[in-house]
Amino acid sequence: MKVTSNDFTSTAKLSLMDDEMRRSVKQATTTAYQKRIDLMFEAGHAHGEALRQRAAQAKRRALQRLPDLLDQAEAKLTANGAHVLWASDGEKVNQLVLEIITRHAVTSVVKGKSMVSEEVGLNEALEDHGIEVIETDLGEYILQLADEPPSHIVIPVIHKSLTSIRDLFIEKLNMTPTDDGHEMAQFARRVLREKFLTADMGITGGNFIVSETGSICLVTNEGNGRMVTSLPRVHVALVGIEKMVATLEDFAILTQVLPRSATGQSMPVYTHMYNGPRKAGEPDGPDEMYVILVDNGRSAIFNSGYAQILTCIRCGACMNACPVYQATGGHAYGWVYPGPLGAVLTPLLVGLERARPLPHASSLCGACKQVCPVDIDLPQMLLDLRHDLYHRRAVDPILKWGLKLWAFGNRFPALFEFGGRIARLLTGDRSLKRLPGFLSRWTNYRDFPPFARESFRRQWRERRGD
Amino acid sequence: MHDSPKGKRASLFVTCMVDMLYPETGWAVVDVLEHLGITVDFPPKQTCCGQPAFNAGDRTSAKQVAIQFLKAFKDAEAIVTPSGSCAAMVRHEYPILFADDPQWFDEAKRLAAITWEFTEYLVGGLGISDLQLRLPKRRSFAFHDACHGLRMLGLGAAARTLLKNMDNAVVEELEESDVCCGFGGVFSVKMADVSGAMLKRKINGIQECSAETIVTGDVSCMTHMNGGLARTPSPKRVRHIADVLADGLPDKPS
Repeated sequence: MKVTSNDFTSTAKLSLMDDEMRRSVKQATTTAYQKRIDLMFEAGHAHGEALRQRAAQAKRRALQRLPDLLDQAEAKLTANGAHVLWASDGEKVNQLVLEIITRHAVTSVVKGKSMVSEEVGLNEALEDHGIEVIETDLGEYILQLADEPPSHIVIPVIHKSLTSIRDLFIEKLNMTPTDDGHEMAQFARRVLREKFLTADMGITGGNFIVSETGSICLVTNEGNGRMVTSLPRVHVALVGIEKMVATLEDFAILTQVLPRSATGQSMPVYTHMYNGPRKAGEPDGPDEMYVILVDNGRSAIFNSGYAQILTCIRCGACMNACPVYQATGGHAYGWVYPGPLGAVLTPLLVGLERARPLPHASSLCGACKQVCPVDIDLPQMLLDLRHDLYHRRAVDPILKWGLKLWAFGNRFPALFEFGGRIARLLTGDRSLKRLPGFLSRWTNYRDFPPFARESFRRQWRERRGD
Repeated sequence: MHDSPKGKRASLFVTCMVDMLYPETGWAVVDVLEHLGITVDFPPKQTCCGQPAFNAGDRTSAKQVAIQFLKAFKDAEAIVTPSGSCAAMVRHEYPILFADDPQWFDEAKRLAAITWEFTEYLVGGLGISDLQLRLPKRRSFAFHDACHGLRMLGLGAAARTLLKNMDNAVVEELEESDVCCGFGGVFSVKMADVSGAMLKRKINGIQECSAETIVTGDVSCMTHMNGGLARTPSPKRVRHIADVLADGLPDKPS
């Protein structure tokens, strides 16, 4: 997927004017946020917090042993008859999938939701080779019809209203007009059912891999995952190398926090665990199963100071809680991962130079850390990334020299006080409606109060002495 | 991890914004503390905590300013500040900022452990939840939780308790009281349009709130919200918790 994160400020400005999109995003995120609170703390606040910490520990344990767990999972999966392949980058992923397609004479593919496939641009690569690719997650299917990227990692179609989806179905699929969301879903279901029955290959992502059993775990709500993995002859799972968990017990902890955090459900409608292809005598499942373990920048993160971001379980709670995301929607972030997660992960995966505004696309309010089911310190990572940006001189010269001047003034109390007096002379007694240059960005939205006639320190000196 | 401030002299870190823009808030803190019989001093070499540079990624500048703070408060036993954000900077970020600096690290850790936000100092530190205050007339208030105080220090309850225990103060709830007002320091000018949209959401909430006055624990957020409110017909304003509490003092000294 093309990276347009450097345009964050201008894209966000356009997004802020899209009232329909903002209404949809605000409504869906606040609903998910509230449902999360209800379900996460259904057995009390202390219980929910403890669960969060246990989940964080499960993922951190796995991260510490990541190389070992990957080897263990590979051995288990192979023993169960699955093929395990390794992809260092996006190009390699697409090449491997195309090779599998050729080997098994595949002409049509159905897909479950996979953010990794968005990262690597898999759909485009397959379509370029004349393969029909159909998204089967309803949200992703709508976006495929609309030719738009997802704007949320769990609710990909969050930016679209029901009416725009209705119009799309009428235009692209000749649906009999209806405003009933349930009827529209039923209609899409009938269309997709045909695709499931005729596809040669199914592609999915994976929420976790349990290394002790070699199980690819997938949670879904629509049941499409089950059909994608059991009806076609070949199943390919694309899974980021960070998705490891050591044991079934750890998986059992994480599977409690994931649906609660993502959609406010105590458990998802479907929890799948795939250990390999269909064995002799089994009634269903694919003839062949491939697991592609995708690096695509993750090893570099593993070896950096930002390794903790690899414990993310992709629940989207940080987006739902983020007032910046709620204002701009997801597309402004310019790549696959929006919101606080994207503000951290995008610069790390695509390079800081290609996502310079993202670490600054946050008021550092900390809501993301508060809701994160694995307690990732996203605000601290944003601060560290800002530090990295500053070091690479990717900083506004006005801001840079302004800060240096400000810091100098703060090293000398007398100079600091003098600065305040100058400011008072400039502002006078009244609130400012308009400031010049860079500072006009403040007065575009708010007044600035007058500086005090006498600073506190001066008053203290006069009343109390030194 | 936090040293008890009981029986210790309180050194006021007034913060750069209160010093230059709202000196009356500084006096409100002093008056409330002295009303409780606490000895207050004002270390005159203090300037800013360094957060603006730290949040902008310029840790060299942040460190220069933070060193000035360490020097200014070298004799402090307990530091009290009317800002959750500045207190969080000292408590949580100084140990990070000075992690690789053996010359200053110990002093940074020491000051991190004795720095208190004003309401946290009173309720959590001294164990006082009723300041024996009384407003001359019945007034209604609602609290806006400033983000850093709320999420980095776990504040919120302390200020509400102090307010509730003041005679004639009615405490109501502001819808979305824990959602950021959009200030975020440099964010407010760097991402001004997004910040402005967040401010609008907050202003709408304040206008719909039944309370006469919104109370918060940071003058930076207060400046942001009042700057936005000034552009609406609404007469409502945001006030700092120290100013509101000082209104209830028997007869305002100083």
